[in-house]
Amino acid sequence: MISDSGGGSKIRLIGRRMFILTAAKAVVVFGVVGRLISLQINESKKYKTLSDKNRFREWKFAPPRGVIKDYFDEEIASNEKVFQLHLIPENAENLSALIFRLKNILKMSDKAVSKIQKKIKSQKPWDPVIISDNLTWAEFSRINLFLHELQGVEPIISVARVYREQSSSHVIGYVSKISKRDLQQKNYLANMKAAGMRVGKTGLENKLDSEIIGDVGHKRYEVNAFGKRIKEVSIDQGKNGKSYKTTLDLELQNLSANLLKDKAGAICVMDIYRGDIITMVSSPTFDPNKFVHGINTKDWKELINHRDKPLVNKAISGLYPPGSTIKGLVAISALENDVVNTKMVQQCSGSIELYGEKFHCWKKKGHGFVDMRKAIKESCDVYFYEVARRLGIDRLSETARAYGLGDTMVKGFFEEKTGVVPNTKWKKQRIGKSWYLGETLHSGIGQGYWQTTPMQLCLMTARIANGGYDVEPRIVLGEKSKFSIFAEKKKNPKSLKEFFDTDVSNEFDDTTIDLGYKPLFKNQENINFVKDAFFGATNEPGGTSYGSRLSKKEFMFAGKTGTSQVRRITEKQRELEIKNEDLPYEQRDHALFVAFAPYNEPQYSISVVVEHGGSGSKSAAPIAKKVIKKLLERHPLRQQIHDNYKGEDV
Amino acid sequence: MFRSGSIQSHLTLRDKIFSLDLTLTICIFLIGIVSFFAMYSTDGGQFAYHTKSHIIRFIIFFTLFFLISFIKTSFWYSSATIFYLGVLFLLILVKYVGLTSSGSQRWLDLYFLNLQPSELMKIGLILFLAKYYHKISSGDVNKFRYLAQPLLALLFPVILVITQPDLGTSFLIAVGGVIVVWLAGVKMKFFAYLGGLFLLSAPVAISFLKPYQKSRILTFLDPSRDPLGAGYQITQSKIAIGSGGLFGKGFLDGSQSYLDYLPEKHTDFIFTLFSEEFGFFGSMVILLIYILITWRIINIGHSLRTSFGRLYCYSFATAFFIYVAVNMGMVLGLIPIVGAPLPIMSYGGSSMMAIMIGLGIVMSCKIHKDQSLG
Repeated sequence: MISDSGGGSKIRLIGRRMFILTAAKAVVVFGVVGRLISLQINESKKYKTLSDKNRFREWKFAPPRGVIKDYFDEEIASNEKVFQLHLIPENAENLSALIFRLKNILKMSDKAVSKIQKKIKSQKPWDPVIISDNLTWAEFSRINLFLHELQGVEPIISVARVYREQSSSHVIGYVSKISKRDLQQKNYLANMKAAGMRVGKTGLENKLDSEIIGDVGHKRYEVNAFGKRIKEVSIDQGKNGKSYKTTLDLELQNLSANLLKDKAGAICVMDIYRGDIITMVSSPTFDPNKFVHGINTKDWKELINHRDKPLVNKAISGLYPPGSTIKGLVAISALENDVVNTKMVQQCSGSIELYGEKFHCWKKKGHGFVDMRKAIKESCDVYFYEVARRLGIDRLSETARAYGLGDTMVKGFFEEKTGVVPNTKWKKQRIGKSWYLGETLHSGIGQGYWQTTPMQLCLMTARIANGGYDVEPRIVLGEKSKFSIFAEKKKNPKSLKEFFDTDVSNEFDDTTIDLGYKPLFKNQENINFVKDAFFGATNEPGGTSYGSRLSKKEFMFAGKTGTSQVRRITEKQRELEIKNEDLPYEQRDHALFVAFAPYNEPQYSISVVVEHGGSGSKSAAPIAKKVIKKLLERHPLRQQIHDNYKGEDV
Repeated sequence: MFRSGSIQSHLTLRDKIFSLDLTLTICIFLIGIVSFFAMYSTDGGQFAYHTKSHIIRFIIFFTLFFLISFIKTSFWYSSATIFYLGVLFLLILVKYVGLTSSGSQRWLDLYFLNLQPSELMKIGLILFLAKYYHKISSGDVNKFRYLAQPLLALLFPVILVITQPDLGTSFLIAVGGVIVVWLAGVKMKFFAYLGGLFLLSAPVAISFLKPYQKSRILTFLDPSRDPLGAGYQITQSKIAIGSGGLFGKGFLDGSQSYLDYLPEKHTDFIFTLFSEEFGFFGSMVILLIYILITWRIINIGHSLRTSFGRLYCYSFATAFFIYVAVNMGMVLGLIPIVGAPLPIMSYGGSSMMAIMIGLGIVMSCKIHKDQSLG
């Protein structure tokens, strides 16, 4: 028999100590319950999110970009099938061995390999890394041959941007990989990060980017802890980017680019009533396709260091003094302000001395006695010195602004420059000096401080040619513009020309203002006078562009040449009569030409600038002649398409 | 001293069945049922290996529980020392012929099951010490001579298990032992000495820790230190429990466990799975059942007249509660991951066997409370 030694006192001690343990248990229970409350009630939302993050993995893919077409439905920027190679790091058995194998198969450079390795480290192991986004067919088939040994690699057929012609590289722009700056500037890119995503960098690709880019698609899978896909939860094909039709004419683009081949310059063509930009070409051009898959350093350096700056869209970013192309505008300004009348006669003896300075005419012998029409036709500088002197720079600058100079006019192109329309206030503000009267005289012939883009000159000509209305350029069909407002209100766009042709100066009322366009003149006769003078310059013997005329009646056009100096001509050089072509390239004059066509029933305006091309009549006008011929030949075709539009997309 | 008046000499089987503690039996059965569902869920909603095996084991060991409870307490009292020494022998045997799995040598291959003697030692030590303190008088408890034997009885198995290595189980064995010693009336100062000794030896002990054990402790202190390594388990377990919310994701809809984010979901993390699928309310129900079990065991202990019975029941109740608390604390991220199963719920034969033996002896004490230990 074993005794229960200690008896009652022992049992009491055990009981006391058990009481302490029970109390401790209660504390522990509170701890556990409190923790459950905190996890499952208070922080439940947070953990639910974390749990979903565990479960789902998303693979995003880039949608095809919208297509950019010309007016005749020719695709300027389109998409093509490309062969790509994606690598999903977590699916690879031995990542470094796999990369080494790929390096050999694709003959990749060490630099490219280290770039890929860096990329792998920077992202989640299930996010695909693009090994190559543009494999040749040979590479693609070689990969497919070895595919069974390349676990973790996925050959993918995708679409990528392609530009078939280089004539429109500037106006269309190009796409490239998303940069940090793009992410800052374009909010819509925040949710667009997908393998192979491209973003518009310049031109229309940039302007239309938010719509043309489309919506990113995604595949969402439920995955287990090892990253294995258990099931597809949802798939969103995304949305293809919106396609756009433009007012451009690809055939004219190509012709214009061809005419400017080996030259630096720009050509703009515009519909003078609708404002449709038909041609916007800058030369030299570049291959935008190189940017799509990442341009290599050598090509990039070549573009950047090129003398003629191929990446710059000279049509809207190239700044040139307008030279004599401004004379029509000076005449209009003077006539409208009643400073002179068309009958004013001035003797030109080759130069004129004013304010102690000698001002030269381009014609050394002088033009003799000239009236205004002859002064425009033969581009007499001395005559316009006198007109400018009487008009004054401030009134001239006002007219110039009204006709579209000194401001950006093509909506949505960040690269467009405003240019300079000088006046006394401008000089005070920008240069800090007072205006000299001599500068007014230089301004009268488009020299001095003037800075204009070829697009502005084309617009100025359009506003003169259409009878003096403030048409505005447009390039995307369906976009709201002055013309679309007019077309909508008037319901019959064909009557547009009728509207412009009527001299409404006396009967202009609010209802016509409502139609969108506003007249820029007091007396349309003044506009018509300048148009007639332009006709003389091109179609009458002695006119500056007589040599480039088109004699067939329906092709006849009217234009004004311009030669803008890029340097000051010293008296000594003047005496030596140094020919322009003997000067170093950088010092040669820019050649300019503006025109509208056909003369009888004006429809289009054009501006041509050839950098350092010599004189307008020799270099620019002949190019314009060829463009105008093609333009007018294609006019019925364009008109036909236009007539088929029933109000929409105008 | 020693009462003999109310001692019944014989109980029929009918008497024994009727004197079973109903609440305790039902609670054990309920935990068993809940564990079937949990196991079914870990098998991905299939009646597969773990579920089948768990049900079979439960049936066997639940039966064992009844068998043990019908055997006289005096038998368990007198075989306590042999039981302890037997398990100790098995622990030594493990050192030589034990099976090794994931770097730890813990199991004996008995062909029909892999026995983990360390689990049985949890009960063995409590049983041995309860008998030891039953024998000696309360005056002798704090004498050095009487302190040495329990200390050795405790340290010997604990060291054997630590070196397997199995930190979690050795800790739970030690806790069980310490509780008996404390309840028996050993003065606080001795615990203080022992604690001081432990703290002094801690740096030495840490140097013996395997790197993964060290990292577990460090990771507990800062789970984000290594979210995909040792912190992974804690993080994923918290996500699973937290995402369960008030009512849970629903039976078989626990995405964390279903998609294998949950480690060791059959064993140590079974509560996590249950909590994810049944939410706060489900967790509270489980917790309540475990509290009920603990409460019933204490109550039974309270009704006993022998020091052995009281010591055993109180100690086992406390140890049982600590097993639950350590497991829950672990999966809730309150204490480091030590590898402690949740009684009855967790998959694992030895653990369930040990718990059922322990509960069986409690029930035996209840049934035979009016019989002497002699």
